[in-house]
Amino acid sequence: MLDYITSYLKSDTTPGQAGNFLWAFIYILLIFLGLSVAVIAMNWLERKILAHMQVRLGPMRVGPHGLLQPIADALKLLIKEDIMPAEADPFVFWIAPLIVVITAFTVFIVVPFGPTHAVTDMNIGVLFMLGVSSLSVLGVVMAGWSSNSHYPLIGALRSSAQMVSYEIAMGLAVVSAVLMTSLNREGTGTLSMIGIVQAQQAQHIWFVFKFFPLGLMAFVIFAIAMVAETNRAPFDLPEAESELTAGFHTEYSGFRWSLFFLAEYSAMIAVSSIAVTLWLGGWMRPFPHWLSGETWDLMFSLIPGVTFILLAVIAFVGVIRMPKHPYFRVQTIGLAGFGAVLGLIGLLLFVPPVRDRIQDIFWFSAKVAGSMYMYIWYRGTFPRYRFDQLMKVGWKVLLPLGIGVLILTALVGIWL
Amino acid sequence: MTDATKSLARLSSSNLELGAPDKTFLDTNELIINMGPQHPATHGVLRVILKLDGEKVLGTECVIGYLHRGVEKIAEHRTYAMFNPYVDRMDYVAAVSNGLGYCEAVEKLLNVEAPPRAKYIRVILTELNRLASHMLWLGTHALDIGAITPLFYTFRDREEILKIFEKYCGARLTTHAFRIGGCQYETYEGFERDVTKFVDFVKPKIDEYEELLTTNRIWVKRTKGVGVISDKDCIALGVTGPVLRASGVKWDLRKAQPYAAYSDFDFEIPTGQNGDTYDRYLVRMQEMRQSLRIIEQAVGKIPEGPIMAKVPKVLKPPVGEIYHSIEAPKGELGYFIVSDGSTQPYRVRVRPPSFVNLQALDMMVRGQLVADVIAVIGTLDIVLGEVDR
Repeated sequence: MLDYITSYLKSDTTPGQAGNFLWAFIYILLIFLGLSVAVIAMNWLERKILAHMQVRLGPMRVGPHGLLQPIADALKLLIKEDIMPAEADPFVFWIAPLIVVITAFTVFIVVPFGPTHAVTDMNIGVLFMLGVSSLSVLGVVMAGWSSNSHYPLIGALRSSAQMVSYEIAMGLAVVSAVLMTSLNREGTGTLSMIGIVQAQQAQHIWFVFKFFPLGLMAFVIFAIAMVAETNRAPFDLPEAESELTAGFHTEYSGFRWSLFFLAEYSAMIAVSSIAVTLWLGGWMRPFPHWLSGETWDLMFSLIPGVTFILLAVIAFVGVIRMPKHPYFRVQTIGLAGFGAVLGLIGLLLFVPPVRDRIQDIFWFSAKVAGSMYMYIWYRGTFPRYRFDQLMKVGWKVLLPLGIGVLILTALVGIWL
Repeated sequence: MTDATKSLARLSSSNLELGAPDKTFLDTNELIINMGPQHPATHGVLRVILKLDGEKVLGTECVIGYLHRGVEKIAEHRTYAMFNPYVDRMDYVAAVSNGLGYCEAVEKLLNVEAPPRAKYIRVILTELNRLASHMLWLGTHALDIGAITPLFYTFRDREEILKIFEKYCGARLTTHAFRIGGCQYETYEGFERDVTKFVDFVKPKIDEYEELLTTNRIWVKRTKGVGVISDKDCIALGVTGPVLRASGVKWDLRKAQPYAAYSDFDFEIPTGQNGDTYDRYLVRMQEMRQSLRIIEQAVGKIPEGPIMAKVPKVLKPPVGEIYHSIEAPKGELGYFIVSDGSTQPYRVRVRPPSFVNLQALDMMVRGQLVADVIAVIGTLDIVLGEVDR
């Protein structure tokens, strides 16, 4: 038994490849927990960042600086009455949010947080990811149709049309990145998520800079398509608040609604991870070749710890700036505790064995976080596209551009 | 089908004379959608019944009256002075303009004129209110189109205007700022400084809004060529205000038949050419700048003197009738008052700009998409308190 447990720790593959079910299960649990925490954090961050972009404070009441607001919201959603419209189709209505959530989470099986930090490494990883994430449109259509109401129906129609059309542009951009992986001596490309990052490692370049500007263009196409794919502003037509009240989930409430919410945010994280894996070097730290050598390795490996210590310092500054009134005592203690936890994590990240195993995950998460920030920024800046304009952008701009980039990438790849 | 949907369908099919949907090989049905009265984008309690072919709008029908309070009837049972606060409740985002129109109408009926100082204060407050109204319009209009950020910027700056109102008369929204014959309150200490400070504060802010929207490609795409209405149609429907001016008609009552002290000031009437939503946006943005210009001129030369004309305690206008209209932020706001010589008006009829402008909705959205209906409702700048009265 002990051998079974330690056998994976010694291997340098993913638990799925090592055939170690126990560790695969542990990874699944960790990813599930981590993702839930990430969605909660994302909820808070989005509200705070958006608020500060809009000259307001955002949540401030529940916990210090509203830190506990997402938890309070989650509790509220859980204890809310679960309403099912009288004329809804009960089974489809029930299963739709489940499909959306399950597809959003399943994608993470192949997301490589590090060379060994993935549940498994499929040789068709990219295909699996695109395939599963596009299944979520089924759940959306089912939700819209089963609600038996006009607004959800229009929302579902919009979303299915939108997701299907942007999938194509997305796929073309992905193919051009996959083409780049075959630029080695053997000429063999790979669809494996880990393989793609390793190809970038071997070619000493992130694919976003490869064949400039071809890689960048493919990345931009993907970045636009992924916003449309996840129904976020400025492509949030399926849930356009001012037009369709809430789009396909108008009739949902309470826990079911929160499933849609969870799915939306995990889908955002999922597509961001695809973008990071395919173009931004996955788990690789910045400048792995330009700034290489022992000293640089050490310095970059300290950054995760320093980041957490910095966050802890920010929390402690918040503690000092808290009003001294007794009313704020609990909040002050809470914030200090939060800072202490962050600081402890930071210190833990300085321990060499932890440092070495964790820094891949840190860099991957940092890149995904950057992509998530862009999502929030878009939402604060752009008005919403109209349906026909959205389709025009998808079919008349992104699709030809994607084909062009693909052909040019192939030609350049042959010549070089 | 429930009873409610059945009656809705019956209502729509009987009242809407609409063309058939585009003939396709699939025999598609039209979809009748009920938008409002509780809907985030109808600016109050407007109910629009939409007949859709997919996303295309085949026709609309407005159902109004959810906010009907019988303001005009109430007037018949109140004295002239008592009715004054009621008019603030019609267009509640431009309450000062409403008060100005009513007070001037009654003054005309009484044959008195407000003293020059009162007129200047009236102009300053009315123009501030025009700014506040346009800011609220911009924020909500942008929000409807999906840009959420301008709303918070405009509300931040509108707050400064409301603070000035609050300091002047104690109320922020329904100000009841003017009295028949002038103003009840003298300007407070530092009023001119506050207004000047506000003008300097808000000028760069308007540039900030424009920076967010004017050249934003999505904004331009969403508004250009949407909800086009020609100048002829505007005039035929009686549409006034920025909507009319965006169609290229240079008609502003502040210039055409100057009231209050508007003839003393130098300002321009911004006009558009295309009569689409983008032009209406530009016209209103320009109007905000022109309002600032008027305020700047007025605040520098408020004349000294009394603020109330000599009006009797009990107002008994001579028998007769009067129609007086002013340029409210949303268009021509007219008051038709019939006096029978008693202390109460015999009849008050209000010509609200929102109500008349709302008529153009159907013409503007036919053949466009659902999202455009929202944009057009926003660009018409309606306030349901004024539509229903």
